Amino acid sequence: MTATAVRTRGAHERAARRVQWVRGVRLAVLLAFVLIFLAPVYVLLVTSFKPLTEADPSRAWALPETWTFEPWRVAWEKLAPGIWNSVLLTVPGALISAALGSMNGYVLSKWRFPGADIVFTLFLFGMFIPYQGVMIPLVQLLVNLNELTGLNGVFYGGIPGLVLAHVVYGIPICTLIFRNYYVTIPDEVIEAARVDGATMLRTYRSVVLPLSGPAFAVVIIWQFTSLWNDFLFAVFLTGPQSWPTTVMLNNIAGAQTVPYSQQMAAALLASVPTMIVYVILGRFFMRGLMAGSLKG
Amino acid sequence: MTRVRRWLPGLLLVSPSIVAIAVFVYGMLGWNFRLAMTDKHDEVSEGGFVGLENFIGIWDQQRWSLSVNHAIVFTVVFVGGALALGWLLAFLMEKGLRGEGTFRAIYLFPMAISFVATGVVWRWLMNSGTGERAVGLNRLFDNLGLEFLQWQWFRDPDWGMAAMAIPAIWQMSGYVMALFLAGFRGVPEELREAARVDGCTEWDVYRRIVLPLLRPVTLSALIILGHISLKAFDLIVAVSGKQIITDVPAVFMWVAVFDAHDPAKGATIAAYIVIAVSIFVVPYLVWSLRKERRS
Repeated sequence: MTATAVRTRGAHERAARRVQWVRGVRLAVLLAFVLIFLAPVYVLLVTSFKPLTEADPSRAWALPETWTFEPWRVAWEKLAPGIWNSVLLTVPGALISAALGSMNGYVLSKWRFPGADIVFTLFLFGMFIPYQGVMIPLVQLLVNLNELTGLNGVFYGGIPGLVLAHVVYGIPICTLIFRNYYVTIPDEVIEAARVDGATMLRTYRSVVLPLSGPAFAVVIIWQFTSLWNDFLFAVFLTGPQSWPTTVMLNNIAGAQTVPYSQQMAAALLASVPTMIVYVILGRFFMRGLMAGSLKG
Repeated sequence: MTRVRRWLPGLLLVSPSIVAIAVFVYGMLGWNFRLAMTDKHDEVSEGGFVGLENFIGIWDQQRWSLSVNHAIVFTVVFVGGALALGWLLAFLMEKGLRGEGTFRAIYLFPMAISFVATGVVWRWLMNSGTGERAVGLNRLFDNLGLEFLQWQWFRDPDWGMAAMAIPAIWQMSGYVMALFLAGFRGVPEELREAARVDGCTEWDVYRRIVLPLLRPVTLSALIILGHISLKAFDLIVAVSGKQIITDVPAVFMWVAVFDAHDPAKGATIAAYIVIAVSIFVVPYLVWSLRKERRS
């Protein structure tokens, strides 16, 4: 073995060691951030199982000595009406949004009319507007609708009004997701159906809709999550009878008299549905997120 | 005629949405601006046109300038922090590692939870009590022997809003990471390889090839974080309620409408939020429309 060969082998070993060292540091930093990201969850879980006797600040970060479900029971009692309202809100809201988004996306990608680009851009602006900017007129309109129809507490102060708001202001993002998805369907497929004499709706039903499964999943999950988590519209448009989970949770948490254990159990309860969706269908949730960044 | 017949059905199918957006987005924005230019300072009066009086007069109110300052501090810390942390996480994960899916899922999960729910735990974590009464992070610092790190968090009169940005960074940096990770992976490996063959160091490759190609992603992230920040409402209400010490325009507007019953003032604040967001978003939309037309 010559001297140079030994030297290069030494250099190789050093390089390999350096690579390993870098990899180790990288992993350590990433794991540290995992701990930081999960710390609030630890606090939520641990506190939510503590009996009132363990509310002592000195034991704030410790595991409960005796585990109790009492805070969860109380939180469920207080939160249940809100959770039910949220279900009544999110299920129809997500489905209607998906149906509208699918039709809009289909037309704006495959059956374009003059000025479709401009319409699409004007839609997109609706995705970014701060909803504070429309809130006062929206409240006024819903109040007027209540009076006009004689249905008190339906539009303003009721779930249907909140669904209406979410569906309308959800049009931009839902249209965007479906449009970006439909762009990937080759034009020839649509053209072939057209040549065969299929109408626009016929083509939609028999060609486009059967291919739309993933896009529907993305939009329904996206809308479900944002409707479930919404606080702004809910706080402006609903009343005590129709408060969804977030408003109820904020009322529970805002009251000084409610112990931390119950507040945290309530916060966890309120997050269970979206967390389940995230864990099982995270893939689709990610796609919705990326669509929000307007690529494509 | 046949041309018209070709696109008319499409237009008809989209028209309900076009009408809805026209009325609920543009109509209502216009209505709000008009209301902001009246003196309808209670719920019963008709409200006469006063021009820009409300827009100018509001600057005389201490609470307004305070809330604007708060929003600026919050935005700078939140946008800067989330960009930096998201970039760092993506940079560390870029080359791939075992269990990447799990890491991503953990960094991203806060996005799936409402600010109201996370606000509950962050209010506890950022409790301002010290010494015997300390809970949350102050207690943790105490346990670790880092008492000097204890502070008032969001109750600090000068930098409270910087503390308020911490939960927002926690919630959004996973998203920024996902954006940057997609950006990193979008850089063709051949390009990096070619530069390496030409004798570039890893750092050169990074600075001269990867960073410039990440510019569009950075811009997207900046726009998204910026407009979220200017609208910040849920988190602040959940952490500290309507306290003046953490007031921002979005919360002030809520107070003006519900507690002060002053529609014109509420509309004025809302109009300012719209203007601030538009400064971010409109150029971006025009830019993406142009890019789309070119491709």
